Amino acid sequence: MDKFRSHCLICTGTGCVSNGAFEVKKALENALKKRGLEKEIQVVGTGCNGFCERGPVMVVQPEGIFYQRLKVKDIPHLVDEHFLKGRPVKEMMYSPGRREPRVPLMRDIGFFKDQVLIALRNRGRIDPEIIEDYISHDGYAALEKVILQMSPTDVLAEIKKSQLRGRGGAGFPTGMKWEFCRNAVGDRKFIICNGDEGDPGAFMDRSILEADPHSVIEGMIIGAYAIGAQEGILYVRDEYPLAIHRLNIAIAQARDFGLLGDRILGSDFSFDLRVIRGGGAFVCGEETALIASMEGRDGRPRFRPPFPAQKGLWGYPTNINNVETWANVPAIILQGADWFTSLGTEKSKGTKIFSLVGAVKNSGLVEVPMGITIQKIVYDIGGGIPNNRKLKAVQIGGPSGGCIPVELKDTIIDYESLTATGAIMGSGGLVVMDDSTCMVEVARYFLEFTQSESCGKCTFCRIGTKRLLEILTRITEGKGRPSDIPLLQDLASKIRDASLCGLGQTAPNPVLTTLKYFRSEYEAHIFNKRCPALHCSKLVNFTIIDSKCIGCTKCARACPSAAITGKVKNPHLILQEKCIKCGECFRICPVSAIVKA
Amino acid sequence: MGKLTIEELRKIREGARKSRDLREAQGKSRITVHMGTCGIASGARDVMDALLKAIDTHHIEGVLITTSGCAGLCSMEPMATVEFLDQPPVKYVELDAEKIVRILLEHAVEGKIVEEYALAIGSEKMS
Repeated sequence: MDKFRSHCLICTGTGCVSNGAFEVKKALENALKKRGLEKEIQVVGTGCNGFCERGPVMVVQPEGIFYQRLKVKDIPHLVDEHFLKGRPVKEMMYSPGRREPRVPLMRDIGFFKDQVLIALRNRGRIDPEIIEDYISHDGYAALEKVILQMSPTDVLAEIKKSQLRGRGGAGFPTGMKWEFCRNAVGDRKFIICNGDEGDPGAFMDRSILEADPHSVIEGMIIGAYAIGAQEGILYVRDEYPLAIHRLNIAIAQARDFGLLGDRILGSDFSFDLRVIRGGGAFVCGEETALIASMEGRDGRPRFRPPFPAQKGLWGYPTNINNVETWANVPAIILQGADWFTSLGTEKSKGTKIFSLVGAVKNSGLVEVPMGITIQKIVYDIGGGIPNNRKLKAVQIGGPSGGCIPVELKDTIIDYESLTATGAIMGSGGLVVMDDSTCMVEVARYFLEFTQSESCGKCTFCRIGTKRLLEILTRITEGKGRPSDIPLLQDLASKIRDASLCGLGQTAPNPVLTTLKYFRSEYEAHIFNKRCPALHCSKLVNFTIIDSKCIGCTKCARACPSAAITGKVKNPHLILQEKCIKCGECFRICPVSAIVKA
Repeated sequence: MGKLTIEELRKIREGARKSRDLREAQGKSRITVHMGTCGIASGARDVMDALLKAIDTHHIEGVLITTSGCAGLCSMEPMATVEFLDQPPVKYVELDAEKIVRILLEHAVEGKIVEEYALAIGSEKMS
């Protein structure tokens, strides 16, 4: 039986026939034949569909487009436009009285328009638990190319040429890292995928592992081939159960297909992979701490050198890349380094995934070409700031990163430009902050995080972050001292210089960048005992304006600490000594008689 | 499954491409429910359950149901995509058990896009 791509269901009920439906049907069949479309488009006469008033009517399936008041003379135009060129003819369509919102095209939607997908190329397109689905989307085609056409040194050269840099944060050139490990001497060699994603608000690695685990596995097989590794380990934090589940399924499938194991795809190359669940310590994202954790020791960093490329897991040469980096590898091999370097800036090629969160209308995971501005990410992709508020800053790079103020919103995304602002690329957390955000509180929040995650090995990180946190806390409580700002600066630079690993070295960044760009906010807290963003509860007072209060008693009933007194229909009063600054009265007042200052 | 040779890998790729193709799979349309952690946290499992139940109770045939990972727009989860043969996919956002059943009946079965819940038509830009 012939299959038609489209069906024209033309009404041949009495009403439409009396309006000339048969003539229209005949004209339609002739016009289709004239264009050679009679085998693709089926014309069917149907019974009355009840819309006689607009007859002759026709529904085109599968789109479900409804044409009305058709005339013989319009038919050739309709056939040419709709069936030949694929452009439904709006003028002949039924338009209801009210203008219905039409569904826009994906490429016209701001959130998707400026994204370029490499590492997330299969997101939402494949079933992550079906290997054939990945294979049908060019999956393992890069591996095939590597095995058939490329020597390990060819692969290495291609990755070096692509100028891919580590997506875990520091941006070290991936090809160079691979080369160190390849050239290192060892009976065994390991490669590791770092899936210990720990920055607050960052979830790109989890999403890749959940949506497309095979892309990471394929990247690792190719990396092992280039480096000469026999064993690979995916270190994934235990808080990602779905990612671990899907990875284990994917590994079993790949092994079943002979894409992992002995003599992969009939070649001499053998390699296998397994998953190790991380215990959820932030510091284990650091290479040497990660290795220590895998060996069953405390997850603490050690001195480098020797680097893991020389002495890594169990003393053997080891190469570590993060999830996003590995996911880029198959795409680079398949499409070539020249393609990859055509995207991005001079020193940062390709794309970067950000988890866009905070005070932004569209939050989610965005993959953007390097070189895009912060402004474009926040406004064009993120849709701008909700609730008519203003952009104040973006925090990039998590606890190791910094706050970039609105004045620098034209900063482009690349490793060097972000570092120049005092922030870092980091793993890709991007928190948008509006003018209700207190920057001292932001610094305090991140210090609370790094302080509790410090492993305690280095004194300055262990005690210094604790002191930083104490100072920041007292500033937000209105107990800041004039000497606090120089003290913060002094302590921050010492922690940076005297810590062994990235955690300690970068922990002061949130303090330093907020001091650099928002010094006046620190000063307002310390000298005026004021929080300009009206965020720090200890520095904010709620008062009732007598002339505006209608005495409705709503606030008094809502107050959880019984701090509001007053008679019905008389102005109320907030007893400051009882007030816990929860803001309930402020939110509930129907006449905006309560001010926050 | 034995060890694959490169030839066999290619055969699987071709075969899998065909079976994904709605024409070959004898399907009329396909609904993909996006089930990453973000989707599941905002109720994608309920959406999936409702969908499977509705297929059963309405005796619907020819609509393929599949799952996939996060589609990126986490603030508008749960999301689903409806595809017809040779047509650009349509993405739906902020779904619940009731909405997905309407989408199943009106769009996946009848071919009429449920505009109120639809976000966009088409695919994302690949590099």
